[in-house]
Amino acid sequence: MARILGIDLGTTNSLIAYMDGQTPRVIAGKQGRAMVPSVVAMTDNGLIVGDPAKEHLVRNPERTIYSVKRFMGKSLADVSEELKYFPYKLHEQGGVIRIQVGGKTYSPPQISAMILKELKLRAEAHLGEDVRSVVITVPAYFNDSQRQATKDAGMIAGLEVLRIINEPTAASLAYGLQRKTQGTIAVYDLGGGTFDISILKLKQGIFEVLATNGNTHLGGDDFDRTILDRLLHEIRAESGLDLGQYPDQMQALRLEAEQVKIRLSDELKTQATIELPDGKGVFRREITRDQLEALVGDLVERTLGPCRLALKDAALQPSQIDEVVLVGGSTRMPLVRQRVQELFGRVPHCELNPDEVVALGAAVQADILSGGTQDMLLLDVTPLSLGIETMGGVMSPLIRRNTTIPTSAKEMFTTYVDGQTSVDIHILQGERELAKDNRSLARFQLKLPPLPAGVPRVEVQFLTDANGILNVTAKDVRTNQTQSIEVKPSHGLTDEEVERMIGESFKFAAEDLKARQLIETRTEAEAIRKATEKALGLGGRLIGPEETEDIRASLASLTAATAGEDHRAIRACIADVEKATHHLAEVLMDTSLKEALQNKKLDELS
Amino acid sequence: MEQKPAAPPKRTELHMARSMCWHCQSEITGEYFCEQCVKVQPLSKELDYFTCLGVPRLLNIDLAALEAKFYALSRSFHPDFYHNKTDSEQAISLGNSALLNTAYRTLKDPVQRAEYLLKLEAGSAKDIRTSPPADLFEEILALQEDLEEYRQASPDQDPAALAPLKAKLASDRDQLEQRQRGMEAKLAELFNAWDRLQTRAGFAPVDDQLRKEREAILKDLRELLSNRTYLRNIITDLVAAMA
Repeated sequence: MARILGIDLGTTNSLIAYMDGQTPRVIAGKQGRAMVPSVVAMTDNGLIVGDPAKEHLVRNPERTIYSVKRFMGKSLADVSEELKYFPYKLHEQGGVIRIQVGGKTYSPPQISAMILKELKLRAEAHLGEDVRSVVITVPAYFNDSQRQATKDAGMIAGLEVLRIINEPTAASLAYGLQRKTQGTIAVYDLGGGTFDISILKLKQGIFEVLATNGNTHLGGDDFDRTILDRLLHEIRAESGLDLGQYPDQMQALRLEAEQVKIRLSDELKTQATIELPDGKGVFRREITRDQLEALVGDLVERTLGPCRLALKDAALQPSQIDEVVLVGGSTRMPLVRQRVQELFGRVPHCELNPDEVVALGAAVQADILSGGTQDMLLLDVTPLSLGIETMGGVMSPLIRRNTTIPTSAKEMFTTYVDGQTSVDIHILQGERELAKDNRSLARFQLKLPPLPAGVPRVEVQFLTDANGILNVTAKDVRTNQTQSIEVKPSHGLTDEEVERMIGESFKFAAEDLKARQLIETRTEAEAIRKATEKALGLGGRLIGPEETEDIRASLASLTAATAGEDHRAIRACIADVEKATHHLAEVLMDTSLKEALQNKKLDELS
Repeated sequence: MEQKPAAPPKRTELHMARSMCWHCQSEITGEYFCEQCVKVQPLSKELDYFTCLGVPRLLNIDLAALEAKFYALSRSFHPDFYHNKTDSEQAISLGNSALLNTAYRTLKDPVQRAEYLLKLEAGSAKDIRTSPPADLFEEILALQEDLEEYRQASPDQDPAALAPLKAKLASDRDQLEQRQRGMEAKLAELFNAWDRLQTRAGFAPVDDQLRKEREAILKDLRELLSNRTYLRNIITDLVAAMA
């Protein structure tokens, strides 16, 4: 059976991992970095994803999409409060957010698919084989629409998503594998855009989730915004400038705010620096860790409520938790660690890299599915109650939150009027009493035979599968006939839309490949140029002026070619530079060998 | 007029209600897998949760044994282990896991367990109570008046003036919680009574005497569960209003 890979599709960064024998490993790119920034830039030369796209955040803010995970499975109204922070244009169609870039419109799953494809290519280059089947992680507190949107993203990327698993539970798999832990653990997962708390019981290889809670709109992004808002305010007070009018400076300031936050995890004070537009000079401001903690204190407090609720649902006291595990980049903040430690009364674990542990766990789950790992089994739960709207707009729960999945509930439907031929059913998710306060998942129309009132009996089964995704089937009890029902998602793409997007994705693949080759060749050219400059500096005196001239000339044509769009031309210039520097390289090698030998002799003498 | 005794509750000793493998049509002798072709078999829809998890139909259950059986069956049925199998096997694994999870969730919790037992033994679970039980009637009526007064007054009234009312509500709450503890004790007694009877019945033929005792316990259980839910809702309301 083909290998299955594990993907952590994050708000800020994404990773792909595989099982190397008994050990899960993340796959690094050419630059040695395992994290692919979840950023997609739509440039004139095509699509760019990851680190090179990050550079476009400031250069090209309206056409560079980041934090798209916050929009997965959402409507525009859901995110109205944060719209001002995003430089790209959003609108809504069919209950789904659409992102407008240039003349084109993309759904969040399409953007996520671009990131997934980048990860797929990376893994294929590393493993030297096709990658088709994957496990993708989602925040535990993701609702049905958000999970479905993630699955759609996988399909659009040409992947078979064998399983959607929850991020904190994935992390527990990686930890459990490494530490052979038994007992009750709490996984506190604060990422770029989402927060989850999961409480699990680990016993003889079974990972049983007892309760989960969270907030799918609370993470590092929100910390950055708090700092950003403060800096914006101070810049306005000092220079009278409203940076909100300058999308590129806004992005630069957002990135600086993020860096300030990161630096203050290790240092007690740091300086925020930003170049102001219109020749207003440079804004500098010292920020201390205390000041940062005063700014983000409320946000950190907001993670503690869900922790207490999860404990309550698991019927446990904080003292009954044997181990606390930290996951997600935002748990590097000392304030977060301190609060978690206070709540649970014990020092949290953070031995595994909090950025990588979710992807590693996804690889473990992938290995379980492919039949490799057989002694571990994850029993996860559904995070939110699922129900239907009943008379008077009330939510009638069918499957309660924190129910172990897969699980199913059955409901019998009949008619109130003679000859009635259909019943409208509205599926909801959430914990509130009234239908309107819960998340609308989907609607469908149940067909009934035209009979006297109360005679038809149609049984509808609501089944939440191991992905936490709802499947609905109906059966006429009198005839024992199953009925196919067409469920229309309230905030999701229809099957037809997904099909169309898969098609488009293949069409764009060729263009994307060209763009990718250009970027990669440019990156390579830049590396060669730097190396050659360095070599000239080191060994210029060892070669003749004519040769130096040749090398300089080849570098100049390389620089010219790099500005162009033809990756073959750049590749040819790279070859020229390599030829021109061949002798210089040899000379340098000889010299360094001699030096090395001399040093060795010196070592031996002393 | 002498009443005819009600029909005895159907005591179905349900085993796997199937005899033939869905795949190779050979006779099934194993529990969950065909011994000929090793395919997983669907759990019967008639299967009750006690039989599913291999525990006797008692109200006091060894939770460690229940968990061990749940884990073992999860390893047999969970969809994670059926990814390389046929669509039919995947569907069976999904259905079996869903049933198993429901069975474990129901039996793990003592109240849900008792409600389920009532449904099995007497056809329906508890009644939903909309008016207070007789022995609590006066108390709850008075409480609801106080609560209403408190709710209407609290937004704009001077906190000091509300103090006596608040103290009264607190004492009402304490009393109701006392009642609640009494109910829990009574529930434990009924659990024991049922289990004693079941154990005795295991050796004796079902006679009228046994049947009457059984029905009496089930009746008490049903009433107690309804009252317990009613009281719990009242206390939750009270605590929420006072918070």
